[in-house]
Amino acid sequence: MIAEKLGLFRSRLGWIVPLIIMGGTLLVAALNLLLPPDAALHVPGYVIALLGKYLCYALLALSLDLVWGYVGILSLGHGAFFALGGYAMGMYLMRQIGTRGVYGNPVLPDFMVFLNWQELPWYWYGFDHFAVALLMMALAPGLLAFVFGFLAFRSRVTGVYLSIITQALTYALLLAFFRNDMGFGGNNGLTDFKEILGADLQLAGTKACLLLASAALLSGFYLFCRRMTRSRFGKVLVAVRDAESRARFLGYRVESYKLVVFTFSAVMAGLAGALYVPQVGIINPGEFDPANSIEAVVWVAVGGRGTLVGPIIGAILVNFGKTIFTGVLPELWLFALGGLFVFVTLFMPKGVVGLWPSLMARLAQMRERLGYQQPQHQPEAEE
Amino acid sequence: MNTSHPIGAAPEYTQPLLYLDGVTVSFDGFRALNALSLMIAPQEMRAVIGPNGAGKTTMMDVITGKTRPDTGSVFFRGNTDLTQLDEAAIANLGIGRKFQKPTVFENQSVYDNVLLALKTDRRPAKILMAGESQNERDRIEEILGIVKLTARRHRLAGELSHGQKQWLEIGMLLAQEPQLLLVDEPVAGMTDAETDATAELLREINKTRTVVVVEHDMTFVRALDVKVTVLHEGSVLAEGSLDHVSSDTRVIEVYLGR
Repeated sequence: MIAEKLGLFRSRLGWIVPLIIMGGTLLVAALNLLLPPDAALHVPGYVIALLGKYLCYALLALSLDLVWGYVGILSLGHGAFFALGGYAMGMYLMRQIGTRGVYGNPVLPDFMVFLNWQELPWYWYGFDHFAVALLMMALAPGLLAFVFGFLAFRSRVTGVYLSIITQALTYALLLAFFRNDMGFGGNNGLTDFKEILGADLQLAGTKACLLLASAALLSGFYLFCRRMTRSRFGKVLVAVRDAESRARFLGYRVESYKLVVFTFSAVMAGLAGALYVPQVGIINPGEFDPANSIEAVVWVAVGGRGTLVGPIIGAILVNFGKTIFTGVLPELWLFALGGLFVFVTLFMPKGVVGLWPSLMARLAQMRERLGYQQPQHQPEAEE
Repeated sequence: MNTSHPIGAAPEYTQPLLYLDGVTVSFDGFRALNALSLMIAPQEMRAVIGPNGAGKTTMMDVITGKTRPDTGSVFFRGNTDLTQLDEAAIANLGIGRKFQKPTVFENQSVYDNVLLALKTDRRPAKILMAGESQNERDRIEEILGIVKLTARRHRLAGELSHGQKQWLEIGMLLAQEPQLLLVDEPVAGMTDAETDATAELLREINKTRTVVVVEHDMTFVRALDVKVTVLHEGSVLAEGSLDHVSSDTRVIEVYLGR
């Protein structure tokens, strides 16, 4: 019965979510652009960038929910796909700097000049075209996920073991991207971006457009994922999550399903990272930090795994909390995050989104206890 | 050609639907199956019995591709060697399996459970595009009727009673439209009435499909009234009608007498 209510609740929210996201960001962007800076309702520029960042995190959380919530693959390395998409965008933005860099080299980014490199490495070719960069934002994470998933799922690596190797994957990339001779700016990463698609990144209008683009991408993927998870395909995914061997003996090639969804999810995460980079102005190897991927798992858990809308709420809530908390008590943030995860796991297994129906169930129970005869009782699942 | 096979007289000249030839499986030196050979004729219903550890479930695992035998082969419809295929390929060839513990998709509705089992092209790209045709809806309703779950079609499978889950799983097997059904302890934990109804259901299914039932419950095996294979230590100890095998002194010694 709880699940039925949850389903109802979710279906109503389903249409509202993109409306809120798009309407909210439009309103905020308008308040930022149209009002003079001294107006009471004027939204300062840093809020725009902050919101844009939250929405990119929300898209990362959504991509994680698709694999964890619906297929049961707990990826502790989704930050790697996010960072790869971010690097692809960063490379494009670096090439747009042109002669405006410190060294004024028309082709080579500053860090390459600094390293005394004479020419652009081959894998930087084409990144001055946005179309190529866009392709790579999807292709780089997608290809990595495909190869990784192909090997892991075919060997039927599941559960904790799979989580550990996803963690190892992002850690290996962290170490690799730290190296200067990788050609991605080493420790410092890529930064000092000037413009995107010819628009000055410092302009309020550009920032507002990036925020709206993030909102549109998030809304689009949300609707797509919603549709997919409710289709027959989505039913197979849940079947794989709940009873993998049953699905196999029914004739579903489980590894193919996992591979399709894992790869798609990695592309989503990559695009989230790509939009994240111009809004925060930097991409460095720190984005590959395993802790980032684990944080994303916390967002999903807090919001409600397997609900699509929950992870979006969770990502925004937790990051809002982080912004406030790190401003006031920065040294305690990690404890707060850890505590939050424990609390949610123990007391809110269905996350924020799960609160509503369980609240309703509580109320019904209380009413029953108070003497109202409720014909409906909670049938217990037998094991 | 259906319900009333003369017991023990599966026609020798027809090609067997399933043929296990010298199958051996060992786990850490323990021989779960020891050169097991077995033939199941088309349209037959066979009961497989044997004490715990006799290799009944391992035999199912080998046929359905879960376990690869060390030696031996398993032929389906004469020429397909199942030991070379994975679970999904074997299922799509037309072999359905019911687990000992009822395994259904607990978080999905009874209706969706049957929908997931319906025979279709199972590749992700096809399923992604597939809707639900009217034909499929009718078929699902028909199956729900057969397994008496019509009234519960919108309930979550996890809310069903144990016996209903067993039936739902049998319904899912039917939806797969397999040629061969492997049924592992279908009446475990069922009431007497449910047991009788299940025997009736299996006999009904057997009118069009070949069925292999692994079972502990002797009253149930007697109710099925079919040819019985007794497994012991991974190979066939005796075969024939239940009366025939239960009078076999070796069978009494290893199994029935205890």
